[in-house]
Amino acid sequence: MAVSSSSFLSTTSLTNSKSNISFASSVSPSLRSVVFRSTIPATSHRRSMTVRSKIREIFMPALSSTMTEGKIVSWIKTEGEKLAKGESVVVVESDKADMDVETFYDGYLAAIVVGEGETAPVGAAIGLLAETEAEIEEAKTKAASKSSSSVVEAVVPSPPPVTSSPAPAIAQPAPVTAVADGPRKTVATPYAKKLAKQHKVDIGSVAGTGPFGRITASDVETAAGIAPSKSSVAPPPPPPTPVAAKAATTTTNLPPLLPDSSIVPFTAMQSAVSKNMIESLSVPTFRVGYPVNTDALDALYEKVKPKGVTMTALLAKAAGMALAQHPVVNASCKDGKSFSYNANINIAVAVAINGGLITPVLQDADKLDLYLLSQKWKELVGKARSKQLQPHEYNSGTFTLSNLGMFGVDRFDAILPPGQGAIMAVGASKPTVVADKDGFFSVKNTMLVNVTADHRIVYGADLAAFLQTFAKIIENPDSLTL
Amino acid sequence: MQSAMALSFSQTSFTRPNHVLGSTGSVFSTPTSLRFCGLRREAFGYSTSNQLALRCERIRIPSRKSFQVSASASSNGNGAPPKSFDYDLIIIGAGVGGHGAALHAVEKGLKTAIIEGDVVGGTCVNRGCVPSKALLAVSGRMRELQNEHHMKSFGLQVSAAGYDRQGVADHANNLATKIRNNLTNSMKALGVDILTGFGSVLGPQKVKYGKDNIITAKDIIIATGSVPFVPKGIEVDGKTVITSDHALKLESVPDWIAIVGSGYIGLEFSDVYTALGSEVTFIEALDQLMPGFDPEISKLAQRVLINPRKIDYHTGVFASKITPAKDGKPVLIELIDAKTKEPKDTLEVDAALIATGRAPFTNGLGLENVNVVTQRGFIPVDERMRVIDGNGTLVPNLYCIGDANGKLMLAHAASAQGISVVEQVSGRDHVLNHLSIPAACFTHPEISMVGLTEPQAKEKGEKEGFKVSVVKTSFKANTKALAENEGEGIAKMIYRPDNGEILGVHIFGLHAADLIHEASNAIALGTRIQDIKLAVHAHPTLSEVLDELFKAAKVESHATTRTVSEKVVV
Repeated sequence: MAVSSSSFLSTTSLTNSKSNISFASSVSPSLRSVVFRSTIPATSHRRSMTVRSKIREIFMPALSSTMTEGKIVSWIKTEGEKLAKGESVVVVESDKADMDVETFYDGYLAAIVVGEGETAPVGAAIGLLAETEAEIEEAKTKAASKSSSSVVEAVVPSPPPVTSSPAPAIAQPAPVTAVADGPRKTVATPYAKKLAKQHKVDIGSVAGTGPFGRITASDVETAAGIAPSKSSVAPPPPPPTPVAAKAATTTTNLPPLLPDSSIVPFTAMQSAVSKNMIESLSVPTFRVGYPVNTDALDALYEKVKPKGVTMTALLAKAAGMALAQHPVVNASCKDGKSFSYNANINIAVAVAINGGLITPVLQDADKLDLYLLSQKWKELVGKARSKQLQPHEYNSGTFTLSNLGMFGVDRFDAILPPGQGAIMAVGASKPTVVADKDGFFSVKNTMLVNVTADHRIVYGADLAAFLQTFAKIIENPDSLTL
Repeated sequence: MQSAMALSFSQTSFTRPNHVLGSTGSVFSTPTSLRFCGLRREAFGYSTSNQLALRCERIRIPSRKSFQVSASASSNGNGAPPKSFDYDLIIIGAGVGGHGAALHAVEKGLKTAIIEGDVVGGTCVNRGCVPSKALLAVSGRMRELQNEHHMKSFGLQVSAAGYDRQGVADHANNLATKIRNNLTNSMKALGVDILTGFGSVLGPQKVKYGKDNIITAKDIIIATGSVPFVPKGIEVDGKTVITSDHALKLESVPDWIAIVGSGYIGLEFSDVYTALGSEVTFIEALDQLMPGFDPEISKLAQRVLINPRKIDYHTGVFASKITPAKDGKPVLIELIDAKTKEPKDTLEVDAALIATGRAPFTNGLGLENVNVVTQRGFIPVDERMRVIDGNGTLVPNLYCIGDANGKLMLAHAASAQGISVVEQVSGRDHVLNHLSIPAACFTHPEISMVGLTEPQAKEKGEKEGFKVSVVKTSFKANTKALAENEGEGIAKMIYRPDNGEILGVHIFGLHAADLIHEASNAIALGTRIQDIKLAVHAHPTLSEVLDELFKAAKVESHATTRTVSEKVVV
């Protein structure tokens, strides 16, 4: 695990070996490390706090050498609960086995970032640990800012979640009589309490409609604003990434599966992609294609390749420079009423990784030089492979570049990611017979680029002008190396 | 039949710590180097009349082994009654323990009578292991059919699963009737006299049954078993506040039921009730659920059997008062702190099941006639099940087996103890190794265990100066389990790395209750890991889970150089 600021050895309950999970505990202690990364309180909280105040992130541990992501089987502790060093906090399922993960600090489980049943890549924060009770709130705000800002939780910022709501410990000498006529206390069934905890519903605020006025599971579901589900499996709370996967699966009458077909539930990444794709349907887009002569670019590439420059960096740099001249293509329209010019030109580049899709972002692509961009790119790809990209490294793009040229694809059109103004689909550069204005035929390497844009803010002429600029840069690439 | 008996679930619960300590304490004191215990091999095996006939014939053939009975030299089996006694052996109580003893006694050529004041079969058959297995068979299927994800992963589509309560209840009742008849018939067929009436001890070698029938026997076994233990303050009405006796009739499926005690009985019922749609609240006096299990197993079991289900729990509390539902009010349960005894909470539920363990049924047995004083109702016995009187001396010719002595409150333990006693009275000294008796809890998935838990073994190792190692495997590594989509579960073995002795095996997973016997037999026969690891298991089967354990264990000594000389012609 690369990012461990501190990792720990401990005895374990279950160890992994390759295909065979048995082991003798006397010989093979296993690594069950939880990684905590301390974060000094954010500057906005620069009040006079205790000096030692710390909020630690609990990271998804690497439980085996082959583990890339882990599923949270269950949180043993609930939010707000006190943790003692060495106590099991969460159960994680790796590709091999379930393991208890222990805490190595005393403190409070301030916030659960990745809920039960969800999956998180190794190294991702799955929870926050506050050192003192006072910091729980702060940690919660932090957790909230971590999770999507657009997903508004239907719950008011609640006090530490009420789990079992034990009746206030009033020292009643004779509870027998007190119960009969006293103010009715909250009675909730076990499943209702479980659901309330899951959906962060304050059970005290729920009206009970069950027998004897007790709160039932369906009462909690109504309070949480969800349709009473038939299955006992509750929908998962939103995952931490902004691409929340609260997949509103419209249960239409799907045709029965064909024989031999298999059902594979979405991974977190897949559901994020799925959600984004559905969202993109609400944006009116159009496409403009443009042939670009790449002879000069190819020649340049041959020259700078030994210096570690990649084609991706060249294209990103060219796009960045073109965008600088056509800021409207780098703008974004989020609410359909206004749009914003982005201060930076951040080129997101789509990369296929382990069957998934992620878009690491080259920030300030127009300003950084080619070599720095190439270096940066290598770094991002490495992080993406090991699933260690930080959110700002994959969600801060203002324009996306998607290149399928290396597969021989001559042209394709891309779907515009929500929140961006345009995406460029780059095809392969191929020797093509072209006629110049004097009618002479020649063979030139030509690449077709196709830009999809949000027609609410970018119009045909804008895009055409942008493409013209882009083509000019590619065809006279000397400016790229400046 | 065979499986029904072998799978008998424990009627003991570890919720009352004093019971547990009593039994485990005695387990601890039992020497571990004892031999035979596999005597149950032919105890049950007559579901058809053919087998019955065969069996009777075999038994009637005079035993070739010459054995002696000091007082009553009965060399020709059931034929001639002894001079001075009506019977060689009288057993009070026809439960599983008494039945096992009776069958073995007949095999040993003893003239045997069994006294039963209620119905043949006792708790296990009528109000315990047997009917509960019927309910659990239903709950297991319901659980599977309701688990959409599980079915989908098989590619199966099932529309909403439902059940008919009366149908389920009938299944349990029919099973109990069937097993009871089998038991009765087997004893009748073998020539055991079944005497009806309440039995009591009149004096040495003298028993009264019914109104005033007095009979004598050379040896007497008390096997009167136990009844559900109901702590004081709890009012059982049989409708909304019930014990396992009532619950097994399944007269209702409440929306919300509190189960007092999270031992075997409570756990199994939570499995049944949640599968049938109830929500469950556990009330446990100890600080954690499922005390008595190996800590690691109970931790995992809680994760699988409690947390994802519609169950919550209160630990460290006693139910000090439980009032049945009446006058339009729900069942009221008052909880007090187990340590401070301060009131903690009040619960309102639809029903409460009292599963706080079992109390010995020894009242009115006439024990005062032989100067025996019970301890919390249990009849004190030595390691050979010989009854100890108030002065600490052995009462001659009087034995007590099963729940009534509290050593290990399991049906099959009672049976094994009965067989051990019969061995002794027929001239062969025998001491039962209680550490080789397996126990099982038939939840979904099942839990089973034999021998010591890890903390117990470590403590023992420290005391006696040997090293203790633990080896574990996951059901996720077993092909058959994965084929069944049931990869949840672990098995662990606690052993001595120096000589390969198995100290304990604990399994949580699919068919754990069936898997444990390879381990319990190994412990009973003293088989060492280095030897058993060479044995072959069919592939792919769940039995490979244990194979995995044996093979993964690191034992310093080598396999005994014993070659199997018998050659099999292929």
